[in-house]
Amino acid sequence: MTASPDTRMKTEGIDKEGRVAAIAVENLRKSFDALMVLNGITLRVEQGETLAVLGRSGTGKSVLLRLIIGLVQPDSGSIQIQGQSLSGLSVDELGVLRKKMGFLFQHAALYDSLTVAENVAFPLAHHRREMAKSERSDRVERLLAEVGMETSLDKMPSEISGGMQKRVGLARALALQPEILLLDEPTAGLDPISSREIDDLILKLQAEHHMASIVVTHDLFSAKTISNRLALLDQGNVVIEGTFEDLQQSDISFVSEFLQHP
Amino acid sequence: MRNSVAVHPTDIPSQPKSNRNSPALAIADSTSKRIGAFFEWFGNLGIFFWQVLCAAVTPPYEWRELIRQLDEIGSKSLPLVALAGAAIGVVVSLEARYTLSRFGAKSLFPSSLVYSVIEVMGPIITGLVVSGRVGAGIGAELASMKVTEQIDAIEASAINPYRLLAATRILACIVMLPLLTVAADICALLTGWFAQAMVEPLAFRQFIENGFHGATFNAFLPPTFKTSVYGLIIGLIACFQGMRTTGGAEGVGRAATNSVVLASLFLILADVVLVKFILVVFP
Repeated sequence: MTASPDTRMKTEGIDKEGRVAAIAVENLRKSFDALMVLNGITLRVEQGETLAVLGRSGTGKSVLLRLIIGLVQPDSGSIQIQGQSLSGLSVDELGVLRKKMGFLFQHAALYDSLTVAENVAFPLAHHRREMAKSERSDRVERLLAEVGMETSLDKMPSEISGGMQKRVGLARALALQPEILLLDEPTAGLDPISSREIDDLILKLQAEHHMASIVVTHDLFSAKTISNRLALLDQGNVVIEGTFEDLQQSDISFVSEFLQHP
Repeated sequence: MRNSVAVHPTDIPSQPKSNRNSPALAIADSTSKRIGAFFEWFGNLGIFFWQVLCAAVTPPYEWRELIRQLDEIGSKSLPLVALAGAAIGVVVSLEARYTLSRFGAKSLFPSSLVYSVIEVMGPIITGLVVSGRVGAGIGAELASMKVTEQIDAIEASAINPYRLLAATRILACIVMLPLLTVAADICALLTGWFAQAMVEPLAFRQFIENGFHGATFNAFLPPTFKTSVYGLIIGLIACFQGMRTTGGAEGVGRAATNSVVLASLFLILADVVLVKFILVVFP
């Protein structure tokens, strides 16, 4: 018995207009021992769109990103990246998809034994081996200039601030010119001025690179600034999904409470 | 609002009241958990070894990282290993001279020193010294990378961390241990001869000729190359402990300590098996 067109569209991340979503998450579930973290999440992000995922601490926002990049396996549900399911992929096949994605970790996760320039060059050195050293250096310098870190090439991660580490992490995430960008709490732990600088940077990069992005954050102002749509999670479910105005007009008590006390 | 379902801690079934206060059952329960954890550890180690092996034999190969690790593990351990070998040479020399004198066999001193150092003391001392320095270093480094998400970042960049981090370190340990053992042996023999010569003049040439008189392949090469197995044990356990660390700074400390302790323990146990194996296969 063949699947209905609607079911086939859902499993392949195709909408009714026939567009393939950059990221399509369908009924995703994940538990850690007895703790249910995600309880049937369904989300969709188109190319060029930024979705902000909001929620209280511990509601599975970061786990969602880790599931999408394949660092964690879901208990059930499907994840499609540009129409291709992550389920059952070999290590090499998953690697092909991962090269299309850039990931900014919450604390940047820079390699502390490498300089700033070496950190950004790391993905290039491994995946663009045919690239000449001079060409790689030029690309690294351009990437760091994009994020405002062009004067810190030879510094070690321990010698730069948290905000600077986030910038370098962003440059590294962009090294392979990804089509999808996943950002885990990009402004967490930063002062308000640095947070706004990161927001402006993300907006600039979005305008230039037209990526599909998911930004996990509990910073409501940042989410409002950089995203096209927002999704609010609570107890493993998407409570509401829409624009900031949709959230403001919602009569769901949790949403109102979150907007007042994020 | 969409329906939400959450599992609360109170939903988890609790132990029947009648069993709670029985000490015998508590001991039995604790013992069974420890035994289970013991076998689970070995099972996880086996899975880890298989993952590293599969990653190591599939391209692209991480030659640059391998060379870096050969330097880190080999040349940077050399001073410590040489010093340990030199100290052991003096100790064995003094003890051998005293013991052989008691039995009127002073003429056997050169060969007893040579055979003791090359067949027994050199390999085990090198293994334990490297286990301490390299095991702790690898365990702590990889544990620190694990808790700061650097290993996750490597994996998210579509780079196999088993190939980049574990296979290179383990292979470097396997290659470098025999070379470091030779260095330790040389230092031990030099200082052993010197300690003897300070008491009773003995020409170095005569010492070498008498010491290696009748030496064959079976006498010296297998004990030196068995240290490759030591290298495998040290590298494997240190990488395993490091890459599965949890718990922040405490976890890093625990990984470093466990790497040294477990690697040293398994190294000594392996030596028992390897010595018997060498005696049987290379009589």
